[in-house]
Amino acid sequence: MGKELQMVSLMAVEVKVTANFAKLIGGDRSAKAEGGTIGEILDDLDQRHPGFKQNVVADGRIHRFVNVYLNDEDVRFLQQLDTPIREGDVVSVLPALAGG
Amino acid sequence: MAGENLMSVMVYIPTPFRRLAGNQTYLKAEGKTVGEVLDALGQSYPSLKQMIYDEADEIPGHINIYINSHEIHSLQGKNTPVKDGDEMAVIPAIAGGQVALTPEQVNRYSRHIIMPQVGPVGQRKLMETKVLIVGAGGLGGPAALYLALAGVGTIGIVDFDIVDLSNLQRQVLHQNDDVGRKKTESAKDTLLSYNPDVNVVIHDTPITSDNAMEIIPQYDIVVNGADNFTTRYLVNDACYFADKTLVDGSILLFDGQATVFKPGHGCYRCLFPAPPPPGLVPNCAEAGVLGALTGVMGSIQAIEVIKQVLEIGDSLVSRLLLFDALSMDFRVVKLRRDPKCPLCGDDATITELVDYVEFCGAPFPGGRDGEGTSDGVSNGS
Repeated sequence: MGKELQMVSLMAVEVKVTANFAKLIGGDRSAKAEGGTIGEILDDLDQRHPGFKQNVVADGRIHRFVNVYLNDEDVRFLQQLDTPIREGDVVSVLPALAGG
Repeated sequence: MAGENLMSVMVYIPTPFRRLAGNQTYLKAEGKTVGEVLDALGQSYPSLKQMIYDEADEIPGHINIYINSHEIHSLQGKNTPVKDGDEMAVIPAIAGGQVALTPEQVNRYSRHIIMPQVGPVGQRKLMETKVLIVGAGGLGGPAALYLALAGVGTIGIVDFDIVDLSNLQRQVLHQNDDVGRKKTESAKDTLLSYNPDVNVVIHDTPITSDNAMEIIPQYDIVVNGADNFTTRYLVNDACYFADKTLVDGSILLFDGQATVFKPGHGCYRCLFPAPPPPGLVPNCAEAGVLGALTGVMGSIQAIEVIKQVLEIGDSLVSRLLLFDALSMDFRVVKLRRDPKCPLCGDDATITELVDYVEFCGAPFPGGRDGEGTSDGVSNGS
């Protein structure tokens, strides 16, 4: 039942990305997105910027070389894509970088 | 009343003695000679006097007195005259019978030594530390440079690559005349020209599963400046097996990431369980990197090494620092040990180095199967 409650309340959050992902969201380092969970946020971003989501998620799971943070916590240690969002949260999408 | 020949001297009091001197780092004292200045100090701080004079009223062998970085035994001992404005230092040898710092070392490292978090004890620790730098490139360069300047005793550098002109936009260990030279040799020359005290050990080879467990255990701490995922997973696993702290950094475009992997507190596999498919995340040669960003991140890695050695401050263990140079934004997110991590988790399945070429789908740059070009696929460009 709690899930339904979250579904009806769409939260607007800021999604930050690294420079190499900026081109996927229109060139900026962050974008607004709406949703009740991390998964919905990523879906919403994909609506606005088609093709974004496949760089983060495959087969319903976050890629193992990409981390998604809700504020300062890796959602892999929360409820993954089902992690609920609250108003004002900051979501960060962080791919592994290998440059040295 | 001060006589006409009494000179005013600043005396540096090292950390171990500071509580005997009113917790002051510098004391002002007057006298015509070193002995008189010490006597004046002893009058004001009797318990300090007990430390700098033995029962026979002589300076004990484990205490060195410096005037403007010259040890007084090489001058006239206690009778060494002092001038107005001279700087005097009372430096004890470290317990454990180690020799005291030389006057030149006291001078060279004085800006560190006068900080209570370092002091002569911390300086000796740095001088006894062996740090391995993986990749003499963008990150490894500034990291190695600042560690050498700080007097880290042994700096090992593993890299197989040749200096390329395109490296010089960011790689501070190499200069124009070094193009075409081995990076390890160029790096060694540069580090020694900054500080001949440092023992620079070069490993002119790609680091691979064949040699990682020979090289890494020779060092206390490892700095990761690799430029590819294959090397990063190898170095992560090897450091875990060798029980070494790994100070990790990585860069691309305007972004930097830095953290410290301490065995038992999470590793690179806990952070990123698997590498991206080859070609999906570009490297610096393909996408570019802001040169000055490497200085920021490499310096952060050097800072974390120094903090580990000195056991001060809050390290980046269990934290991932994210630097975005475009928005000039530093952020810290949590890094957790993953109980399901195949390397350091509760039911670890990786018990020795694995086939990283297969795991990452990409060869070790410079390895037997590698391309080994000098542009972007080195251990650290």
